[in-house]
Amino acid sequence: MTFWILAPIMVAAALGILFVRKAVHAALLLAVVMISLAFLYAVLDAPFLFAVQIIVYTGAILMLFLFVMMLIGVDAADSVVETIRGQRVMAVVLGLAFGTVLVLGISQVTFGVVVGLDEANAGGNVPAIANILFSRYVFAFEATSALLITAALGAMVLAHRERLTPKAGQAELAAQRMRDYAEHGKHLGPLPSPGVYARHNAVDTPALLPDGTAAESSVSRVLAARGTVRSAPALADDIDDVRRQLAGLEGHSDPAAMPETSGKAGAPASTEEDVDKHVDKDVDK
Amino acid sequence: MTQYIVLSAILFTIGCVGVLTRRNAIVVFMCVELMLNACNLAFVAFARQHGNLDGQITAFFVMVVAAAEVVIGLAIIMTIFRTRRSASVDDASLLKY
Repeated sequence: MTFWILAPIMVAAALGILFVRKAVHAALLLAVVMISLAFLYAVLDAPFLFAVQIIVYTGAILMLFLFVMMLIGVDAADSVVETIRGQRVMAVVLGLAFGTVLVLGISQVTFGVVVGLDEANAGGNVPAIANILFSRYVFAFEATSALLITAALGAMVLAHRERLTPKAGQAELAAQRMRDYAEHGKHLGPLPSPGVYARHNAVDTPALLPDGTAAESSVSRVLAARGTVRSAPALADDIDDVRRQLAGLEGHSDPAAMPETSGKAGAPASTEEDVDKHVDKDVDK
Repeated sequence: MTQYIVLSAILFTIGCVGVLTRRNAIVVFMCVELMLNACNLAFVAFARQHGNLDGQITAFFVMVVAAAEVVIGLAIIMTIFRTRRSASVDDASLLKY
């Protein structure tokens, strides 16, 4: 029963991998296939592999795929250009032929009576697997450990990048900052912090300059590029609204008792170059 | 019993076609994983058919090897992406000429 529910889902998800444009969607469909497969393992009397399938495949391997996708660009879609003419059509035709031959061949084989794993799993599936793994397959197991160490080392070697320039220390950075100040008049101190308001104090709220305008350098350029920066003067207007309402409720207005609403951001505005340098430094790191 | 092997064959074929048609190296890699998973299903089904656990052990080893393979494969894809700014398998063709 479980099989007939899961099999169509798995085939549909696997076919989806062939047709979706984005790699992230393919990864999610692969997760569907793998989790369904884990349940089939449970049906097939393999509780250990059920757990391993979910932990190793869905948990570790698929997450690795998603991490790499995040690194090389989530939106990377397939190119439609065919480098070999007619390759796609040929691949589909050959795949269909291969699948048909395979399925027809298998359906004509008689497998005989299913023995079942009740006897082999008598003392529990995991102890039974451990018994075989650490007796008959112990050399394969040891070879696996060597393989895993080699893989870890290989990944480190492949991912390692040699540093081309010496790393700038604190003293060099300070000297560079002073030089920038002397030559270009760049502001010495840190960038102004984001604004703190009665109802918002997140990084997407810019600080207010003394003249009531927003200090652009107080929010990250990434947020500005995404267009998710809140309007600081609008926030200040909100506060004014609240003040007016409070004054209306109390019947008289007492400005001295109310907190100062705007113009508290005393940090001098830095130039756009400051932001550039800051961001570049982060990228270099 | 037969239905498990047929499902395994179908999944293997889909993975095969995926490797041949897709261009994104990561998706190609996922299709390879799909083929490995299809083989695992056949192993586990045959373990139940024959009533011993050797098939399950083999499936376990396939998973371990797949994990190691994924680590190295993705590291290679990352390295190629860093130098060529592309994850398409068609762009890595320097050895052709």
